Amino acid sequence: MSTDEFLKLEKIRKAFPLPNGEEYVAVVDVDLNIKKNEIISIIGHSGCGKSTLLNMIAGLDAQTQGNICLEKREIKGPGPERAVVFQNHSLLPWLTVYQNIEMAVKKVMPELDAKELRARIEKFVSMVNLDHAKDKYPGEISGGMKQRVGIARALSIKPKVLLMDEPFGALDSLTRANLQEHLMRIQQKVQNTVIIITHDIDEAVLLSDKVIMMTNGPEATIGEVLEVDLPRPRNRVELQSNKEYTRCRESILSFLYEKFAKDDE
Amino acid sequence: MNKETLKKIIMPLLVFAVLIQVWSGIAIIVEDFPTPSDTYVAAFGGINSEGDELEGVLSDPFYVENQDDKGVFWQILASLKRVFGGFALAIIVGVPIGLLIGMSKTAQYAFDPFIQIFKPVSPLAWLPLLLFIFQDINLTAISTIFITSIWPIIINTALGVKNVNEDYLNVAKVLQFTALEKVIQIILPVAVPYIFTGMRLSLGIAWLVIVAAEMLTGGIGIGFWIWDEYNNLNYHNIIIGIIIVGLVGFMLDILMGKLADFFDYRKKA
Repeated sequence: MSTDEFLKLEKIRKAFPLPNGEEYVAVVDVDLNIKKNEIISIIGHSGCGKSTLLNMIAGLDAQTQGNICLEKREIKGPGPERAVVFQNHSLLPWLTVYQNIEMAVKKVMPELDAKELRARIEKFVSMVNLDHAKDKYPGEISGGMKQRVGIARALSIKPKVLLMDEPFGALDSLTRANLQEHLMRIQQKVQNTVIIITHDIDEAVLLSDKVIMMTNGPEATIGEVLEVDLPRPRNRVELQSNKEYTRCRESILSFLYEKFAKDDE
Repeated sequence: MNKETLKKIIMPLLVFAVLIQVWSGIAIIVEDFPTPSDTYVAAFGGINSEGDELEGVLSDPFYVENQDDKGVFWQILASLKRVFGGFALAIIVGVPIGLLIGMSKTAQYAFDPFIQIFKPVSPLAWLPLLLFIFQDINLTAISTIFITSIWPIIINTALGVKNVNEDYLNVAKVLQFTALEKVIQIILPVAVPYIFTGMRLSLGIAWLVIVAAEMLTGGIGIGFWIWDEYNNLNYHNIIIGIIIVGLVGFMLDILMGKLADFFDYRKKA
């Protein structure tokens, strides 16, 4: 199988019916090819349908027209090979950190015996540096830690694609930077295909191989695709003076604030 | 002892003193109405205002004279048995219906009008019909409690299910949970505190209903006992009965509250 045909979106159109009988067309004509182990960001103003796009890849929402194929198989609904890190972490508050991951691993890998199960959960708890908090409930840990658990839970079920819906959007900027570092470090280790929805330009450039820029809704579509040609591992401080980094930032800035500026309503 | 605790003890005592005064006043105005002190003697034994030495109804609540003459404890026990019978049935039937209504709009549309219509029906309206069907005191009392206490359980269970966060359901979808796994692992943990709220309301209703039901069905039970004392002109025992019913109801509520907290994940973390 060629790596060019890993995750393919073809002519995607999504319309929501409105109460008055008409419809709201969120996205149209979205064509996208994502390679294996590629990290891509989808960026755009709010209401550009980027989360809708992610939900369709996750299978939580069905496209009105078009096809989405993962490894040439059509996506018809949600599944663990497309794990999602939700914006609001969505940990189950009655389960501990350990139990939240356990629930996922148990369901997706029922063949594991007790010892293997334990080892796998602990491996992913360690991966996000949460060994000390594994028996805590989500209500007892910080927002950043919760989101780390969300990432660990998503990765623990060995997804083919990791989908992240504004994963750090609700966090303060220092915590966000910390989590971005975590994510990059983990990605070095476990090589995954990752799609990140974001509205943060620095985050998009720092994390991605490719940045997909969306035009404004309704009828949003892909405006430009930017290749980020920066070596890994990346260091946020060194990048500040890097020419390629500056070029990428400017390119996104000009797309979002000149070509497709949006007034705050 | 701090000021707050002191207030909590003294304030109810003040109200209690006022209540006793009002009661004494009523006893003066209404002929044959038992005074507080006579009622106390009737409850715990001693010498009453007419100089007679009496055995109180609470001095030996465990006595059994014969089938029709038993101590207060046995009356309460008989009532509690019926209450828990009807209450248990209401839980067994009400929780699944509530889950169904919460999860399916179709089921909600189907059941909702009937819940709204039957919910406000007084237990006393059901009683003759059920007595006619069962021709048995226990079955009638239990079924009356069942049919009047099931509504809060259904309504609160459905409310709990509707409170399940969309994100949690998305997690279940991504993990491809079966319907049963979704109910057990996601919906029930969220709904349980609501179910317990429903059960608490329901048990309160059940305890209200039992007194009325037993007055009409007769036999044994605290409700019948109160009615029987009225017929025997033992008015002080009616007051004792009211206080007992209140205390037992209060204890049931505290018990349910503790149980609810125990199963509420929000009270743990």
